[in-house]
Amino acid sequence: MPAVSKGDGMRGLAVFISDIRNCKSKEAEIKRINKELANIRSKFKGMLSSSQGTSLVGDKALDGYSKKKYVCKLLFIFLLGHDIDFGHMEAVNLLSSNKYTEKQIGYLFISVLVNSNSDLIRLINNAIKNDLSSRNPTFMNLALHCIANVGSREMAEAFAADIPRILVAGDTMDSVKQSAALCLLRLNRTSPDLVPMGEWTSRVVHLLNDQHLGVVTAATSLITTLAQKNPEEFKTSVSLAVARLSRIVTSASTDLQDYTYYFVPAPWLSVKLLRLLQCYPPPEDAAIRGRLSECLETILNKAQEPPKSKKVQHSNAKNAVLFEAISLIIHHDSEPTLLVRACNQLGQFLQHRETNLRYLALESMCTLASSEFSHEAVKTHIETVINALKTERDVSVRQRAVDLLYAMCDRSNVQQIVAEMLNYLETADYSIREEIVLKVAILAEKYAVDYTWYVDTILNLIRIAGDYVSEEVWYRVIQIVINRDDVQGYAAKTVFEALQAPACHENLVKVGGYILGEFGNLIAGDPRSSPLVQFNLLHSKFHLCSVPSRALLLSTYIKFINLFPEVKGTIQEVLRSDSQLRNADVELQQRAVEYLRLSCIASTDILATVLEEMPPFPERESSILAKLKRKKGPGMVPDIEEGRKDKNVNGGMEPISTNATTKTSSFVSTGDLLTPEPPRFNRPRPVSSSSFSFLPAPLMPLPPSGPPPDPTLQSTPSPSTDLLGLGGSPALSSAPPSSSAGGLLVDVFTENHAPAAPGVPMGPVADDNFSRFVCKNNGVLFENQLVQIGLKSEFRQNLGRMYIFYGNKTSTQFLNFSSSVICQDSLKTQLNIHIKPADPTVDGGAQLQQILNIECVSDFVEAPVLSTQFRYGGTLQNIAVKLPVTLNKFFQPTEMTSQDFFQRWKQLSAPQQEVQKIFKAKHSMDTEVTKAKIIGFGVALLDRVDPNPSNFVGAGVIHTKTTQVGCLLRLEPNTQAQMYRLTLRTSRDTVSQRLCELLSDQF
Amino acid sequence: MIGGLFIYNHKGEVLISRVYRDDIGRNAVDAFRVNVIHARQQVRSPVTNIARTSFFHVKRSNIWLAAVTKQNVNAAMVFEFLYKMCDVMTAYFGKISEENIKNNFVLIYELLDEILDFGYPQNSETGALKTFITQQGIKSQEPYGCGTSHLQHQTKEEQSQITSQVTGQIGWRREGIKYRRNELFLDVLESVNLLMSPQGQVLSAHVSGRVVMKSYLSGMPECKFGMNDKIVIDKQGKGAATDDSAKSEMGGSSGKQSIAIDDCTFHQCVRLSKFDSERSISFIPPDGEYELMRYRTTKDIILPFRVIPLVREVGRTKLEVKVVIKSNFKPSLLAQKIEVRIPTPLNTSGVQVICMKGKAKYKASENAIVWKIKRMAGMKESQISAEIELLPTNDKKKWARPPISMNFEVPFAPSGLKVRYLKVFEPKLNYSDHDVIKWVRYIGRSGIYETRC
Repeated sequence: MPAVSKGDGMRGLAVFISDIRNCKSKEAEIKRINKELANIRSKFKGMLSSSQGTSLVGDKALDGYSKKKYVCKLLFIFLLGHDIDFGHMEAVNLLSSNKYTEKQIGYLFISVLVNSNSDLIRLINNAIKNDLSSRNPTFMNLALHCIANVGSREMAEAFAADIPRILVAGDTMDSVKQSAALCLLRLNRTSPDLVPMGEWTSRVVHLLNDQHLGVVTAATSLITTLAQKNPEEFKTSVSLAVARLSRIVTSASTDLQDYTYYFVPAPWLSVKLLRLLQCYPPPEDAAIRGRLSECLETILNKAQEPPKSKKVQHSNAKNAVLFEAISLIIHHDSEPTLLVRACNQLGQFLQHRETNLRYLALESMCTLASSEFSHEAVKTHIETVINALKTERDVSVRQRAVDLLYAMCDRSNVQQIVAEMLNYLETADYSIREEIVLKVAILAEKYAVDYTWYVDTILNLIRIAGDYVSEEVWYRVIQIVINRDDVQGYAAKTVFEALQAPACHENLVKVGGYILGEFGNLIAGDPRSSPLVQFNLLHSKFHLCSVPSRALLLSTYIKFINLFPEVKGTIQEVLRSDSQLRNADVELQQRAVEYLRLSCIASTDILATVLEEMPPFPERESSILAKLKRKKGPGMVPDIEEGRKDKNVNGGMEPISTNATTKTSSFVSTGDLLTPEPPRFNRPRPVSSSSFSFLPAPLMPLPPSGPPPDPTLQSTPSPSTDLLGLGGSPALSSAPPSSSAGGLLVDVFTENHAPAAPGVPMGPVADDNFSRFVCKNNGVLFENQLVQIGLKSEFRQNLGRMYIFYGNKTSTQFLNFSSSVICQDSLKTQLNIHIKPADPTVDGGAQLQQILNIECVSDFVEAPVLSTQFRYGGTLQNIAVKLPVTLNKFFQPTEMTSQDFFQRWKQLSAPQQEVQKIFKAKHSMDTEVTKAKIIGFGVALLDRVDPNPSNFVGAGVIHTKTTQVGCLLRLEPNTQAQMYRLTLRTSRDTVSQRLCELLSDQF
Repeated sequence: MIGGLFIYNHKGEVLISRVYRDDIGRNAVDAFRVNVIHARQQVRSPVTNIARTSFFHVKRSNIWLAAVTKQNVNAAMVFEFLYKMCDVMTAYFGKISEENIKNNFVLIYELLDEILDFGYPQNSETGALKTFITQQGIKSQEPYGCGTSHLQHQTKEEQSQITSQVTGQIGWRREGIKYRRNELFLDVLESVNLLMSPQGQVLSAHVSGRVVMKSYLSGMPECKFGMNDKIVIDKQGKGAATDDSAKSEMGGSSGKQSIAIDDCTFHQCVRLSKFDSERSISFIPPDGEYELMRYRTTKDIILPFRVIPLVREVGRTKLEVKVVIKSNFKPSLLAQKIEVRIPTPLNTSGVQVICMKGKAKYKASENAIVWKIKRMAGMKESQISAEIELLPTNDKKKWARPPISMNFEVPFAPSGLKVRYLKVFEPKLNYSDHDVIKWVRYIGRSGIYETRC
């Protein structure tokens, strides 16, 4: 920028600004501004009238200087926060001036004040075009800066095609190239769709070879952004970047002259090149690869050299390059020596004076720890990290230290790390306590060699930070203790000892209650922990606990009655007391009453079966890990499991049993409750009669030894009260039919549609809402914590159109969004589905619409599956939902008279054409609702056809591309028996079968 | 109750900071500065609530006075106190300005200690305060030090009297005052507020008035004040004509017999019980100047001026304005300091004004044409016409046409209030009502006197 000469100082502007600065009050300032605005208006007015040729006497046209001065004043007033609604025209006039300063002010005004003002935009664009095509580099630069500063869509539309041309033209000045590259980068960021990719891309890559380092720096930024989008096109940039990097790294500090910053050669360019290289895997060409390794080594070597200057800028620039190099090394993850060296270098920084360096070192080490090459090297710094945890003043650095400890932990050092974390927990900052608790719990579980140690650790954890121990943690302890026979005795003993402390946390009481209830017998031999002592100890905590814990303790008591018949009397006494039997809380009261009855009536055999020890839990992903992931956001937790699966030789943690349903007992439900993802009980589970011995049917909602915070029970009070009636019946010994018990189980849980936890990939196809769509076309098909999928569909004859709405419920963007419809083999021929591709990104809180065109070729049974994939945070989410495209959607209703109906009914009398089903009503038998459902099903509801007015009769034709299938239906409700009889007659037996299945589910 | 009191200069620097309660910390000082004085948008509400702390502020010239509290106080009480405090400070050292406050900060702290106790307002009567806070203020005009040397030296007896007087029944007057000439001045000060439609229809109008008295009377005189309050006049009209003489003397001259007062407040010296029962205003006056009563009327207001605007838009770039003002009072009276303010659009680029009387000028800094007339007799008429040139803007907003406002001063009470009598009785000393020299003056000023155009 040319220096402003003395005569160009705009004295008026300076005076105005100093006037404003000297104003004593806001009012005075506003007065001064009003005065100035009036002055400028009168000046511009004069100009306007004279330029229009209606010049009044005494008017003089404004010269460029005054115009510039006034526009400047307006700009200043605008920047002070006042509205400016004139002067745009004058500013645009300045653009066509030939003086640099005038043009500059004009562009400045436009960049700051431009809005999509239609008539001016055209003029501005024209002026910019002129400047771009001028040969004057300063003017071109000004124009490019203006485009980049405004960066609006309109600008992009107008100039996106020109700028690449300027960028790659051979005769463009270096400084213009620089600006053009950055301008293009800006436009690419704001409206990537408008920037055309073309032959210029290959030439842009060659800018990396440019003589001028400024151009190279600007081009690298541009290429990095473009390469992230289409890596293939810019692949050639890798070798060029490596070459350039090696030239910079090996150059002496004086070679680059202007681009040497405090003795570091071109630090910004180096950082950018290193970042560009992180877009690609390690180069395959051995020569390039060798050269790159050399560069990285040189950078690492330079870090070891004594600093050339004491200035902070020198070390900052040097470290910036170093850290970027280290992240490239980590990204490549292929050179063990480099990784180890990087790790050692970071180790030195761990004790550096600068807090920022320590933070960065810890953060980079976290990623290094997950690489198998450098994991051992990272481990050598354990003492330093632990020391950092203890002595660091800055909480964010301590947090990073915790992260690093978590990442570097393995079987060899787990005891030390967990002990240190527990130590630290006592003094830790409240904001990170919960996270540390989760980490300790996970590490202790994952690398536990000795389960007694594990039990000790967790009990310690509960003691130290009870309030921060979430449900998942203690659920997990119980799962593990129950699944491992060898620790049960030890656990019971330790828990018993821990409970003896005068004040213990409620979570400890819960764990204690559960474990003693199961395994109290293992320590009952010792007179110090005799059954009565155990009971008294637990009961002493009873009154201090919350309702869920008390409920759990009640379950423990009934278990005690089974384990130790000698304390039966004492416990019955406790249960019989008014505070239990007449407790205000329904749950506690019910448990007390039922347990008391159970203990009085049932024989010891029955008690022993009912209150048998818990079977082992099915293994699944640790629920704590899921919680940690949820807490930190997906992708934030370095996944130890994935990183070093091969090292995990812990047999005990491998799944014990994969099929939960084979062990169908009431305990399965309780086991499931221990996971954050409640199971969907929407289908009856097969209940084999052999497993019946486990089933204390009437008590089912109250699992005899289940963990008491039973969400299903508390959320669905009505089924449980229903069952209470059954429970009161003396049918304890005479077994009710198991099938009905299974049915009851289903009923209890059918209403329980809990959304899946985020971060856990959806394995099975979700079809909870499928049946709801049989009789309607619009609604919410699927919902979890991340996404909601809604449907809107319309069908005509054999064609249908479905609008799918994906709502992003989070505030972060979904990336790589894609969805497809999967048809099973036979369905492919029966149904033609065309899906329009959707946008790959869904913004936070936004909704995406996708259109699906469906054509029914012939009748079909299966439903297509909508499979949706997207990336949320770092993790890939997979959602598969059954699309409610059912045969009945292609119904066309047919009106007919009674006579017609019965005539056709008789025609379709072949046995395979009729399907009949008698079933129990699942919902209340409301006539209007039933009518609506039949109409929603697609057939015409025929009034006064059936002699019995309470029966429903319908008729319709199913249209497929190949055939049309007529269909008649008749639904006879029996209100007394709460039953329905559904009869369907169609010309095709498969159609009858399918329609009957669909419709019978609805009532 | 008031937790603290701060005085800031226009820059937001704290000049005086007095904290009465622990719940107000230093951060409250900054909160007010950041959120009110330095706020991006001008704060118009006098009460601001920041972080569960209420700030009540008044502004005198460039000085901000802010009372701060965390409790739910009576806002009217706080403002009454703040105004009273301004009065007290004015009485001690003249105009409230940054310089005066800096020069008198010791005095101000002493005053604050006296008139607020643990946040509860105490006696803030200037006369009473002057008896025991005897420091004289430093007025900026005087050379430094001149005032302070003038300390009154009191005898022990006088000092003991102070206590009994401050704590006694009549806290506003000390005993043993003697004047050679017993004299009193009565000012009726009114401000008239008006909003009128362009067609001349009154949209709202009210008068708020004050009766201010300056008394130089010996001893402990008992005074009785009478005015043409409608209730009193009607009562007397029905009953025996006891005050016939007074009626013919004062109320007879005006065409209107009595006025309806909407609400009124009195100085603490007025015996309210007597006012409630007999509607007579009797009191023992403080010595010196004080405000006897405040009142408000809304009916039968005499509007001293009528403004007739005429605005014509000629195309997009020109505006013609013509304004006529008519004075509407007795021709023998003279209105003074007349100022008419005609707002101009924000894109005004030039103005030509022609007026028959006075001086008119376009003030760009205020976006208005200001027309000033020094004096104008009753039943007269004057006119101004202006041609406003506009700059076409790309802003499509229409000009909102703010109302034309007016300022003036007239020598009568626009509410029609008349003082009927003010009687003085001093049984112990030998002077009677007739020996007291009484002066009465009426001044009517404009409040917000606006006409839409």
